[in-house]
Amino acid sequence: MEYQNIFTRVQLRGEPEMGVTAKDDAWGRDGTPFFSNLIGKIGNAQIGPIYLGWTGTMSLIFGIIAFEIIGLNMWASVNWDPVQFVRQLPWLALEPPLPEHGLKILPPMNEGGWWLLAGFFLTASILLWWVRMYSRARQLGLGMHIPAAFASAIWLYLVLGFIRPLLMGSWSEAVPFGIFPHLDWTAAFSLRYGNLFYNPFHMLSIAFLYGSALLFAMHGATILAVSHLGGERELEQITDRGTASERAALFWRWTMGFNATMESVHRWAWWFAVLTTLTGGIGILLTGTVVDNWYLWGMKHGIVPPYPDMWPGVADPAAQ
Amino acid sequence: MKIAIPAAIGVATLLAIPMMLQWERPPMDSAQQGFRGTGMVQIDNPRMVAVKKAANVAPEPSDQAETGGPKASEIYENVQVLGDLNEAQFTRLMLAITEWVSPEEGCNYCHNPENLAEDSVYTKVVARKMLQMTATINAQWQPHVAETGVTCYTCHRGQPVPANVWSINPGPKQAGGMAAKRNGQNLAAAEVGVTSLPYDPFSDLLTKAQSIRVSASTALPTGHVSPIQDSEKTYGLMMHFSQSMGVNCTFCHNTRNFADWSQSAPARVKAWHGIEMVNHVNKNYMDTLADVFPDNRKGPQGDVLKTNCATCHQGANKPLYGAQMLKDYMIELGAAKQ
Repeated sequence: MEYQNIFTRVQLRGEPEMGVTAKDDAWGRDGTPFFSNLIGKIGNAQIGPIYLGWTGTMSLIFGIIAFEIIGLNMWASVNWDPVQFVRQLPWLALEPPLPEHGLKILPPMNEGGWWLLAGFFLTASILLWWVRMYSRARQLGLGMHIPAAFASAIWLYLVLGFIRPLLMGSWSEAVPFGIFPHLDWTAAFSLRYGNLFYNPFHMLSIAFLYGSALLFAMHGATILAVSHLGGERELEQITDRGTASERAALFWRWTMGFNATMESVHRWAWWFAVLTTLTGGIGILLTGTVVDNWYLWGMKHGIVPPYPDMWPGVADPAAQ
Repeated sequence: MKIAIPAAIGVATLLAIPMMLQWERPPMDSAQQGFRGTGMVQIDNPRMVAVKKAANVAPEPSDQAETGGPKASEIYENVQVLGDLNEAQFTRLMLAITEWVSPEEGCNYCHNPENLAEDSVYTKVVARKMLQMTATINAQWQPHVAETGVTCYTCHRGQPVPANVWSINPGPKQAGGMAAKRNGQNLAAAEVGVTSLPYDPFSDLLTKAQSIRVSASTALPTGHVSPIQDSEKTYGLMMHFSQSMGVNCTFCHNTRNFADWSQSAPARVKAWHGIEMVNHVNKNYMDTLADVFPDNRKGPQGDVLKTNCATCHQGANKPLYGAQMLKDYMIELGAAKQ
């Protein structure tokens, strides 16, 4: 019973762990570390110190500017009414420039100028955060896996909001900043381009996305299930297989004839996650630029199954 | 462990309460309509359908009028469109219109009691135009209304102004100045199913005969230009269709490709004629009354109130659930000069 756990049950307390001394830290680590029992339930109980650096600081500043531009324009769209702002928040948005402005760099502020500005600051913020990840990984002598994975997500973001609109010749092709509006945009995008489900790269992206969730569930469950045997010490078990690793491997070999190893399962997870946004970005990039109607494209290439004609005689009345 | 389970139940309950306010309890009725596996199924809540059916009942027809005798145009003055009816038929229709349109206000809602023939009350001029409209719809728009046709009651339901009408909708006030415009969308809009889609898809699509078709007709780009904003507008109109008729997308479409007619249900052809009909009605009947309607019968932008799907359908896929109301008034309503 002790190990049928959902939340982390063991919390370390003592002198805060300050970590290895990294070479030439420009800023050093800020803040006095402290412990949080609640945070310790889902992660390490120790909070701080944090390394901000100039990239982190600028990224936060740019991110806040973008957040403010978006939020204030949303608020303005309900005439600064605080009640409506809260009630309708999920529906509100900052829209990209109208189609007639094309790729104009400076459309009127009220017709997309703010969107471009918010996009600029958000993109700068994200890219600076990437640089920070890269430099921290270098500083600690890590591999490039984390910045590479983040770059894959940034690729999809840039395709949606920057690269594809450039290729289509209009900022209006980009996604609005808003909770429901970006979802409505997504649905309208699929309708406009004849059903995105027939886009092979969209198919791949979905497979990797759902695959990521499946792998995450399998791996998380496996490790938790053998945690009373020391299974959470995964790295040690890679080189020195203990009974936790043996049993976990055996479980999957029994149930599906094949098992990942303590090390390779992380490669599976990394590739699935990275390929989700990588293939997704390719799928979006091809839409409208190379393929205008994915359903008709699918017909051409034999991936649309034929159905019996349920209503013979139903035809386009405009063509008659 | 001790806290985890109660905490999880607590969180789940808190999340469930607001969700359940939106939910309808099972069982639902489902009727397969298209080929298996295509999701072409209509799902209805029988309890809601019962409520809607009770709210969409046609009134009992009055006794048929005797035929023969002199024409109304020979008896009364200024009978411009109903002149071919005899006196009994003419009176029967006048009484029916009173019951259908202004049961509380009575004859004087349209007529000057001092002189019934006079056109001094604007509603009388409107009523004449509406009779012409009704006759036109029943005679020329059978691809949409079939033999069932329409009467005044189809829209009015005992109210001088039908419950479901629209006018150009600028939306609530925005801050203006340099602040970003909404582009006519991004509000919780009842007109389009409480989505953030454009809240006035009608102005462009139901008066100007602008095409609602957005997707390309070729696999590869061949010059078809349709910005995503147009797709959102069409999508908004389709949400209105769905709400007005109490059906989902698959009532007309095979959703694997909304545009493809060869996989669509026959209802889509009906709906297509419906769009044409509403455009025709708004342009040739409603808009032409712009100088007749007083300002309090116009929208905030000063345009007349116009029709859309909900004006007649009012939540039913056939208005009044297909009640054959017209056949009892065919002589009277059919005789109106278009």
